[in-house]
Amino acid sequence: MSRMLPCWSAPVRDRGASRSRTNALLQMLFALFLAFPGIAAAQAIDPLPFKDHAQEVRFQNLTRQLRCLVCQNENLADSNADLARDLRREVFGLMQQGKSDDEIKQYLVARYSQFVLYDPPVQPSTWLLWFGPGLFLALGATVVVLTIRKRSRATRIDSRLVDNATIEQGDDW
Amino acid sequence: MSRSLPLFGFLLLVALFGFGIWWNTRHDPREVPSPLIDKPAPEFVLPLLDDPTQTVSKASMLGKPYLVNVFASWCIACGEEHPVLMAEGRTLGIPLVGYDYKDAPEDAKAWLARHGNPYDIVIADQPGRTAIDFGVYGAPESFLIDARGVIRYKHIGPFTPEIIERELKPLIARLKQEAP
Repeated sequence: MSRMLPCWSAPVRDRGASRSRTNALLQMLFALFLAFPGIAAAQAIDPLPFKDHAQEVRFQNLTRQLRCLVCQNENLADSNADLARDLRREVFGLMQQGKSDDEIKQYLVARYSQFVLYDPPVQPSTWLLWFGPGLFLALGATVVVLTIRKRSRATRIDSRLVDNATIEQGDDW
Repeated sequence: MSRSLPLFGFLLLVALFGFGIWWNTRHDPREVPSPLIDKPAPEFVLPLLDDPTQTVSKASMLGKPYLVNVFASWCIACGEEHPVLMAEGRTLGIPLVGYDYKDAPEDAKAWLARHGNPYDIVIADQPGRTAIDFGVYGAPESFLIDARGVIRYKHIGPFTPEIIERELKPLIARLKQEAP
């Protein structure tokens, strides 16, 4: 299913046929970026009228913890998607209203579910996610310990047999 | 026992990955579940596309169930969905409300004139501010809202005739029974 807001990392469809054309286009774009170094940086940053530097830092921090719903492996701070821009403005507006970071997160979770949070909260439905790795580690460790114990026991029995054999056979071998 | 342990582990992984593949063929991993299902729809007041002096609000829509379909002229998947709505829209038996999302009014009007208009009314949200309250993150998306203004169902992505038959119509039938 194709979602419609433009993702800037849109896949190139007809790869073989249009590769040379794409390359030429990329070179042109690259040249453009070189010519106007401001373009690349300016796109992701909206000129939001922050009160002071501290607020800007807080804004950057908060939007980095939030997921862009369109380009889902980008955070709100970095995404160029249209919706991300709208949501950044929304977050900024809520900050101006004096809302705390947690309140702003709650505001977005109420609309977009916990999917907007990059850090999923610890709750029954995410227990497996949070504790799964530990569980698998414990499982693996148990298997390793059991195996080592069994082997060492087997080796002890083996060596006893070998000892016996040595005694019986003397130094012949 | 210790010999069959690696095989057992391997089979466990096969089962795990198999489940993952099976799950992903049935679910769109990019789909964001809506926390708004069975919650009151957000308050909204939006102008009509054809006549911006008139507005439609949540309050004005109370009393009967209706389907809100978020679309836009720039949205390619909406073009795929459009013929389905043209064919099935009138058979739903409830008002079909077009929600023109982040779109220039002229573009939307031209688009509807070219492809046909399946909607009973079309409301326009050019800034996309109300859409955030609805948790819209793309188009098309559709919300089924009951007579009391509660969101009962959300479909993300284009409707197909199968989804309309299997999911939407049974729900509409139930909502109609509930409505006084």
